[in-house]
Amino acid sequence: MRRLHTDIAIVGGGLIGSWTALFLRRRGRKVMLLEKGEIGAQSSGQNFGNLRIQGRHVTEYPLALRAAAQWDRLADLVGDDCGYAQTGHLYVALTGEHADRLRHTAAEANDNGVAVEALDGAMLRRRWPWLGEAALTGAWSARDAIANPRRVTPATAKAALALGAELLPGTKVVSVAQTGGRFVLETDRDLVVESEVVVNAAGAWGTEIAAAFGETVPLFVAGPPQFVTDPLPYFVQPSVQAVDGSVIFRQTKRGNIVVAGYPRTATDKLSNRAPVPPLKTVATMRVLATLVPTLASATVIRVWSGIEGYLPDMLPVFGQSQAVPGLFHAFGFCGHGFQLGPGVGLVLSELIADGESPTPVAPFGIERFQNDVAADAKFRSEFDAG
Amino acid sequence: MAAACVLAQHGQRPVVLDEAERPGGQAYRLPGAGLRHGAWTPSGQKAQAARLHAMFAAVADRIDHRPATLAWHIHDGMAHVLRHGVRAGVERFDTVLLATGATERLYPVPGWTLPGVTTPGGAQTLLKDQGCLVGQRVVFCGSSPLLYLAALQYARHGAEVAAVLDTTPRARRLHALPALMAAPGLLMRGVAWMAALRRRGVPLRSGVELRRIEAGEGARRLVWVDAAGREQQLSIDAVALGFGLRSETQLAQLAGCAMRFDAASRQFLPQADLDGRASSGVFVAGDGAAIGGAEAAEISGRLAAWAILGELGAPAAAPEITRLRARLHRLRRFQAGLQTAFAVPDALLAALPDDTPICRCERIDAGTVRQTIRGYVGAIDVNRAKALTRCGMGRCQGRFCAPVLAALVAAERGVTLEQAGWLRAQAPVKPLPLAASLADG
Repeated sequence: MRRLHTDIAIVGGGLIGSWTALFLRRRGRKVMLLEKGEIGAQSSGQNFGNLRIQGRHVTEYPLALRAAAQWDRLADLVGDDCGYAQTGHLYVALTGEHADRLRHTAAEANDNGVAVEALDGAMLRRRWPWLGEAALTGAWSARDAIANPRRVTPATAKAALALGAELLPGTKVVSVAQTGGRFVLETDRDLVVESEVVVNAAGAWGTEIAAAFGETVPLFVAGPPQFVTDPLPYFVQPSVQAVDGSVIFRQTKRGNIVVAGYPRTATDKLSNRAPVPPLKTVATMRVLATLVPTLASATVIRVWSGIEGYLPDMLPVFGQSQAVPGLFHAFGFCGHGFQLGPGVGLVLSELIADGESPTPVAPFGIERFQNDVAADAKFRSEFDAG
Repeated sequence: MAAACVLAQHGQRPVVLDEAERPGGQAYRLPGAGLRHGAWTPSGQKAQAARLHAMFAAVADRIDHRPATLAWHIHDGMAHVLRHGVRAGVERFDTVLLATGATERLYPVPGWTLPGVTTPGGAQTLLKDQGCLVGQRVVFCGSSPLLYLAALQYARHGAEVAAVLDTTPRARRLHALPALMAAPGLLMRGVAWMAALRRRGVPLRSGVELRRIEAGEGARRLVWVDAAGREQQLSIDAVALGFGLRSETQLAQLAGCAMRFDAASRQFLPQADLDGRASSGVFVAGDGAAIGGAEAAEISGRLAAWAILGELGAPAAAPEITRLRARLHRLRRFQAGLQTAFAVPDALLAALPDDTPICRCERIDAGTVRQTIRGYVGAIDVNRAKALTRCGMGRCQGRFCAPVLAALVAAERGVTLEQAGWLRAQAPVKPLPLAASLADG
């Protein structure tokens, strides 16, 4: 049995794990990234690619702004722009109730340092003439952006590798324990890893690491039904999102329209499959063709989903373990972790290297599940019933 | 068609969802609307086609035939369809038989994406369906029995067939003879096509190497190397390039069939028994189950229909089933022989220049794919290669580039094609217009 030693073992080679590895290497710490499958192949690589800042829970704004600053220097950090573009993000209200919600979230964003502009229907169509009458009002955040999720995580992991991080794809952690102040991680290969610190960035599978130390969280897995169309001439600059998530779309520079539409679908993390129910695809196609009538002539060429971890309050599990010193959790990003990724990696590197971070993360602590957590409104509306 | 006939003859009323406008599939395709005559077809096949069409017509009142109906997904006991290209809809079923056929296997030759380059099947379809030729002076090249049949049909319809250039060496073809003797009738058919082409003075060359296709003035030039190593050139206005067929398995995958690697055809196929039983309520038949040709397709369709009848409690026609299984078994052996006689040009693939496009939907070249595989940290398979390069992400869903992508992954990583894996199917099987969602039903 091979035994490897490192300062920090990161479990999970997704976006969070890769960014954490990169920022820790930039601080000169010895890190090892253990990934059960391939780097960035799960929801880190399967998500919609939205770097949305507006519309977040108020407690997430400092972290999201920290992350946005990292995205701005993405090419410098990882040596690849990964399709990053500050295209802006537009929420549209399809009902009066949506419009009320938009007014509320726009005010919250403005209070938290994210400039959001409220637009009525006429203003919407003047600025984006292809929006149909179904869009009643809108909320526009110019700071928001997009990037290509299939490229970001592999590029980040490679940048970490170039700085000396050890990457171990194809290495599943089967047990983890702490003895004599050191963590011992057994894997499904002929390999045991010992470390001072463990970062649990195992995404939808993060509950297993937490449970090894008696920390239970009410996480469940689901995925957003998504599809992409044939390339069309480029005309949709911003990401556009219906307030209820019934359609979210953006266009790539090559011309494809990338589309997601809630309700999200239960997925299977055991079989590692996230099927897309075809009736959901058709339903989202209908909303999109109504919202942007000119897109009725577009054709869907591929559907997909991913396996994401969700918590009832729609906030991640992020921060120090309450059970053992040296264990840090960063998983369950509730389908909105792509934008946060580099911010989480940076803050984790600070928590580990400095013992503190200027960015508040207390609201995300795992200890909140010791009591019943109230379910968020999104949690009730954006998933299949049952 | 064969399965629907057997089911209809035994008291069932099957629903046939057919993507095409008219029954017949690829092999027994009827001439397009407004054409009085079909394309010339060798007499044996012509009789077979006429027989199957007559049989289908005889039970037409007991078959719910839905032409122009594309099944784009199968999920939870429902076929999700696109009707006449404009309306989305759903068909519920207890049992489904997937007879999704095959697409042509295309290995790129530099210049293969130029206008005027098509496949032998594409050339044939244009002739059968539209009564047109892809060009006046055509070269048929690659390695496939279809090259010879299509070339003969083109010659009969007045095209000048410049040559049939087969990349498989003659010696290897002789090596396949024992397996090909499993169906001597079919073997003789192929021999007859070759003889007919020779009588018409068409040069037939084997063991050739296809170098590149160039755009000339109003014409194309094919540069090739003969078996003796001499570089040759042909001036033509169309090229039909093909390397046999590959099973179309997307719907089977979406329907939940397990996949297995088939070494003979070098692709992953739905796991099924000889009767086509693949998974609960799902049967596969025809070239989509395993490449076998028209006769094997018909027999496997009948076998699947008998298996479905058996599950419905109908008395089994034991002697008929035994006879069909035996014949299918022989035809599959013959097919294995064909895979030897018309081999995949591994040397051509290995020597493929980096700047040759391999995914024409996304315009990804061989060099990009090779570089991604070489720079990858981990065990890359075709699905990861697709995610990172976009090769196979376009509107054809990898139908044409998948075999090449698998070959590149295998070659660069030094693993087998089986280890390189298969592209997991993602709906829709073919592009689905957004407008279809507004016209549900």
